[in-house]
Amino acid sequence: MASLSPQDLIRRSASSITPAANKLPEVAKMIDVSKCIGCKACQVACLEWNDRREEVGVNTGVYENPHDLTPNSFTLMRYTEWVNPETQSLEWLIRKDGCMHCADPGCLKACPAPGAIVQYSNGIVDFVHENCIGCGYCIKGCPFNIPRISQVDQKAYKCTLCSDRVAVGQGPACAKACPTHAITFGTKEQMLKDAALRIEDLRSRGYKNAGIYDPPGVGGTHVIYVLHHADKPEIYASLPRDPKISPVVEIWKGLTKYAGLAAIAIFGVVGVLHHLVNGANRVSSQDEENAKRLKEGRS
Amino acid sequence: MAAPPKEPITVSRYTAAARLNHWITAISLVLLAISGLSLFHPSLFFLSGLFGGGASARAIHPWIGVVLFFGFCGLFIRFFRANLWDRTDNVWLSKLRDVLGGHEENLPEVGKYNAGQKLVFWLMSILIVVLISSGLVIWDQYFYGYTTIDQKRLAVLIHAIAAVTAICVWIVHVYAAIWVRGTIRAMTRGSVTGGWAWRHHRKWLRELVSGGPKD
Repeated sequence: MASLSPQDLIRRSASSITPAANKLPEVAKMIDVSKCIGCKACQVACLEWNDRREEVGVNTGVYENPHDLTPNSFTLMRYTEWVNPETQSLEWLIRKDGCMHCADPGCLKACPAPGAIVQYSNGIVDFVHENCIGCGYCIKGCPFNIPRISQVDQKAYKCTLCSDRVAVGQGPACAKACPTHAITFGTKEQMLKDAALRIEDLRSRGYKNAGIYDPPGVGGTHVIYVLHHADKPEIYASLPRDPKISPVVEIWKGLTKYAGLAAIAIFGVVGVLHHLVNGANRVSSQDEENAKRLKEGRS
Repeated sequence: MAAPPKEPITVSRYTAAARLNHWITAISLVLLAISGLSLFHPSLFFLSGLFGGGASARAIHPWIGVVLFFGFCGLFIRFFRANLWDRTDNVWLSKLRDVLGGHEENLPEVGKYNAGQKLVFWLMSILIVVLISSGLVIWDQYFYGYTTIDQKRLAVLIHAIAAVTAICVWIVHVYAAIWVRGTIRAMTRGSVTGGWAWRHHRKWLRELVSGGPKD
């Protein structure tokens, strides 16, 4: 459900719009992985606020619950037990996975349904379910493997960054529920400043590679991580090092789209021109006569 | 000028079953092109309205694809023998200028199908195999779990390129049927005039009157 106003849109899937003139300040959710205790309060708050429920699952001996993002669980704590080769100590890495709200959203680029995916001037990328057709192109466009199609209504779901709460001046439900302030929310500018302070602190405590995850390959994101090992993002449950929209998707949604329509148009036009220039290829009465003679001659 | 032409002789070209088979395939292809194009380019999304909206166009498109696939399989079995490549087909192709100019007197005598028709047949055969295979990979409602997202990305690109190519081949097919007058009745009434067969498929006509191979 989109609850910011249509006047706040800067992008709308499969549509050309005039981007909002009065831009809202860009927002960001900062997830400080070094502060996370893996309590899953964020997951609960997310289900609560969005009024969604999960079936009781099966324990397969891992901490993730559910086992993956689902059409109901827009966020998921992912746990990695990692032995730091430098210190030989076990580090428990916990990353809250979910939509990153890319500045250059692959889902929106791939979406064929007008207005099913929108981007607001504050950076939130939102799915508008009444326009969603359930094709799954957003899944192919997303560099983070986030959207999930519901088998109930065949529509795509993902984190909204609580656009309905943000629209009325609240932070996202997950941030509100987080007991350690590992999740905070504010303007992106402020979040980057806060992140810098956190990184300084982490570095002073020996995490010399502490850093921020705001990947430029997708134009930056509106969910940013503070990582104690920012040089190795992939150790955090395969967080991509340099995410970008797949070149296959770029070709599909770029060159192919235009070259394809052009090719079809050219074939049609050449046909019409050929007919105008050459006229119809008609059977002559001589042909009919010859056929008759052939038939009579033989039978 | 000779006296007004008498009723021309007619030659049977397609059985009722072959025609029915053709039109089921043809209608499927047109519906697939319309619903597919509606998801291919935003400016054509309105075409999904013909199917009751984007969601139903998305849902029905792959099922029509299944119909087309089996329809085309029928056509393939019926016609592939007559579409096997001949040495004279190379000669025919090398005289494309005469073909497009309608100067059939300069072309070798043609059997049931000319080289252009054979190319359409084989291109469509290949493209339909590519389309159904790539289509299954992106039929997420039933087959989401069988492939990776990277494979799906590739499949959707291949599907789009193959579909555009198939639409272009289809334009050639339809245009040729319109340009060469007297052709369409072969697929409606099942017969053509003797003169049509003499002009465009003389070898086939000779085989027919001499009681040779019939298909």
